Amino acid sequence: MNDAQYVQLEPQAGRPWHMYRAMVGIGLICAFVIVSVFQFTLPIIKQNKLELLQKALYEIFPDAREFQRYQYQTEGNFVRINEDLDENIIFALYDQDKKLLGTVIRAKGMGYQDLIEMLYGYQPQLQVISGYHVLASRETPGLGTKIETDKAFQKNFAQLDVSVNASGDKLINPIEVVKPGSKTHPWQIDTITGATISSRAVGNMVTDSAAQWIPKITTRLEDFEP
Amino acid sequence: MSQEIHHHNQAPVPAASDTQDTNEFIKGLWLQNPVFAQALGMCPVLAVTNSAQNGLAMGLATMFVLIMSNILVSSLRAFIPRQVRIACYILIIATFVTAVDYIIQAINLELHKALGAFISLIVVNCLILSRAEAFASKNTVSKSFLDAAGMGTGFTIALLCLGSIREILGNGSLFGWQLFADNFENWIVMILPGGGFFVLGLWVLVFNWLQQRQENKEPPSHD
Repeated sequence: MNDAQYVQLEPQAGRPWHMYRAMVGIGLICAFVIVSVFQFTLPIIKQNKLELLQKALYEIFPDAREFQRYQYQTEGNFVRINEDLDENIIFALYDQDKKLLGTVIRAKGMGYQDLIEMLYGYQPQLQVISGYHVLASRETPGLGTKIETDKAFQKNFAQLDVSVNASGDKLINPIEVVKPGSKTHPWQIDTITGATISSRAVGNMVTDSAAQWIPKITTRLEDFEP
Repeated sequence: MSQEIHHHNQAPVPAASDTQDTNEFIKGLWLQNPVFAQALGMCPVLAVTNSAQNGLAMGLATMFVLIMSNILVSSLRAFIPRQVRIACYILIIATFVTAVDYIIQAINLELHKALGAFISLIVVNCLILSRAEAFASKNTVSKSFLDAAGMGTGFTIALLCLGSIREILGNGSLFGWQLFADNFENWIVMILPGGGFFVLGLWVLVFNWLQQRQENKEPPSHD
């Protein structure tokens, strides 16, 4: 097409009707495209999210064979739900005999660059935190990302003591985040040299989340029976 | 740009049309490469090329948006008045960016997380708006498609070049495959933003050197 043809094709400039027609017409085409793509991809995205979540949960409790979602109610109990609502959700994991292995709790907090989102496991029988999985983080590659790979840091969460007091309203020893190599108690988390801010952020997230959730879960264990 | 206007002013020559079409595609790969020659879309070029996979995925996503928006802008060019053209182009581009965002989530959620906000930021990639304004709004659908495919391929190749080098040096791997033994010390600066500037600078140097060499080899024009 040359310029002469182009000039012929272009509508007369300045008429409001042409502008409304263009804007509304293109808006409708765009809306149709977005809705079509959304409808087509929605079930696939949901399936992908479920698979990613399952992978994370079974990494924390390798013997688990199924899981259920529970939501905390204002009355102080947990109720089983089917939809993943993001807020106040606790995952309960069961072995092949449908015996409760433990619960997995979501935690979020500010890292060095952006929000870190993670899951950590809680074994009510032993009253310890066992294992974690980082769901989302944009920490510095090679430094902050050590929170996902550093073996010594991961070891902090192998048997992290979160025993609940007799009245069941708080932890006997609140979790403490300490300097690298200075851990002396089972309720302390050693940070990582070279990734201090990121590892401290993870430690603080778990500290706050555990103080909020672990007493509630421990006192309402019967709610998680299958 | 001047080259494109020059094309329009020429009378259509059917015999030369195939060559012109090929040129529309080739120019984006080499002479008018969006990254190495025009320095367009630097934000994703530097931000997401910390691995070859991320670079390739961002390049393909941008190419998809570029091709689809060029086709639609070219198809509707007769109905878009000048006063509202930019708003219309942005609307079209934003639509395909939203579509590509859902498509990437459907293909691979972890890749979607790795690319993060930069998928949405394709909307403001000046490469796409510039092709809509400078080319698709003045040319036929087939030419606009070839232009977008060429520019998109050039952009993807550039991102892949950066991502590969940064991943090899910074992580000792390529597409996740370890290339070196365990005693290889990763050059972490390469996957940090500073490394992006270093590698981009080196690629621009290589690109210009090759272009200069080619120009020197070509026989002088007798015009």
